[in-house]
Amino acid sequence: MITLEHLYKNYMTSRGPITALRDINVQVNSGEIFGIIGKSGAGKSTLIRCVNLLEKPSSGNIIVAGQELTALSVAELRAARRKIGMIFQHFNLLSSRNVYDNIALPLELAGYTQKQMADTIMPLLELTHLTDKKTAYPAQLSGGQKQRVAIARALASKPQVLLSDEATSALDPETTLTILQLLKNIRDTLNLTILLITHEMSVIKSCCDRVAILQEGELIEENEVGEFFTHPKTDIAKNFITSSVLQHLPAAIERHLLALEQPDTHPILRLWFLQGTATQPIISEISQQFNLHINILQANVEYIKNHAMGIMMIALKGENLKIQPAIHYLKQRSVQVEVIGYVPNDIAV
Amino acid sequence: MFQMTLLFNATLETIYMVFVSGVVAALIGLPWGVVLYTSRKGNILAHPLLYQVLAAVVNMTRSIPFIILMIAVIPITRVLVGSSIGTNAAIVPLSLCAMPFIARVVENALLEVDTGLIEAATAMGASVWQIVCKILIPEARPGIINGLTLTVVSLIGYSAMAGAVGGGGLGDLAIRYGYQRFDSKVMLMTIVVIIILVQAMQLFGDKLAKWYAHK
Repeated sequence: MITLEHLYKNYMTSRGPITALRDINVQVNSGEIFGIIGKSGAGKSTLIRCVNLLEKPSSGNIIVAGQELTALSVAELRAARRKIGMIFQHFNLLSSRNVYDNIALPLELAGYTQKQMADTIMPLLELTHLTDKKTAYPAQLSGGQKQRVAIARALASKPQVLLSDEATSALDPETTLTILQLLKNIRDTLNLTILLITHEMSVIKSCCDRVAILQEGELIEENEVGEFFTHPKTDIAKNFITSSVLQHLPAAIERHLLALEQPDTHPILRLWFLQGTATQPIISEISQQFNLHINILQANVEYIKNHAMGIMMIALKGENLKIQPAIHYLKQRSVQVEVIGYVPNDIAV
Repeated sequence: MFQMTLLFNATLETIYMVFVSGVVAALIGLPWGVVLYTSRKGNILAHPLLYQVLAAVVNMTRSIPFIILMIAVIPITRVLVGSSIGTNAAIVPLSLCAMPFIARVVENALLEVDTGLIEAATAMGASVWQIVCKILIPEARPGIINGLTLTVVSLIGYSAMAGAVGGGGLGDLAIRYGYQRFDSKVMLMTIVVIIILVQAMQLFGDKLAKWYAHK
């Protein structure tokens, strides 16, 4: 539905040319929610703004719904843009219009009659749960309500594609979830194709089908979301995942953590349960087989699509001779093991 | 009683001058301001040369003091109204003076509009004309109304100045009766009427701007 081929974007600045996007290739399938994640300054905004040519790429092809956008005339491009909805971080609603009239804007631009507008807008108000806010002005709405108006407005001209430019970044976590849920609903009911950019892993986790990482203007890793979380290929992907399930050691342990093994210490491990291992009773197995005391310091299991992935921090206590075989056993069972350090035995963990 | 009739007629003349010159100035000043805004660098109809020229004309006209402008444009006034004396004649310099002022005020009001809205409208497939009519002007309306109010208030002041050279209105009355005939009662009354006019105009403008602001 959306195909970007060999997309480049160069800027001329006072300090010389800058390449904002380098050889971007993306294929978003029909009915899919595709997320692009990246840190600020990675070029995410430039990339999504290229898709409806708000930003003119330096070279490359942009094909949306079978139409090569870079080859269109001004009038043809305007018509093509009506079929590409877009929502923004700061909503971009007209303060001079109430909710109904804001949603009517794209229809007015396309020359609908009042009757046609009402027939289109009323179901959208229902879909976005805004029927009772019909005559309210944006200044009277909360952030989440404003974004729902923006979504209704983006859907008014019945687009096949929705672009989301950091649409939840100005919202609190709870509202973010309701907006993402709404996007998923819309995709399911209208079979819309959604391309979104974000800097938050939680957005990818809760609504995307596929994800790509944008790093300094280049797409470096692309995968189905479940696979992405369970088989991250690059360190950047791993960093994004750890940051989304951020774990800290308890302060009491952190203070006594030793880098090397010494007499009367025991190891602290970080375990990654990725390839289907999160649903197996591995911890209880090693405890019984090697007669070890296992103290769970932190644990987090996430269910993304049909995949379970877990990160756990444990302290292994027991006969020193049995600890190495236990770690070996974990590795055999495809658990990724990382020794964080060693803690003296007399520290209460 | 005679004084009251004089005052009443002079007030009507002032209102007439201010109203007509305000409308004429707005008819030219509004589009001028819109073109100033849209032709700015990086804007929807970016045209640096056009912008430079329009901005230069605004600055030049605005740097001429009204009392000088009034006399300098007498030849034009003669051509347009056939006379250089009277209320109609005063309308010409008043309009010319207010036009660039309105253009600047409109440009500034438009600059206050969030550029994200233009972007959103472009993404919806809006043409430049649609962006101006459906986004820019409605969104800038409270600012434009405040600017027009400011212009009208200034015009009330300038119209009094036009009275000094036979333009009629309250300024004329104040000079002929209040100053030249030492009739301080007339002088005082004209001042009171002018204050009332300005206050009423400002109040109306504020209310209208607030009505459109939807805050």
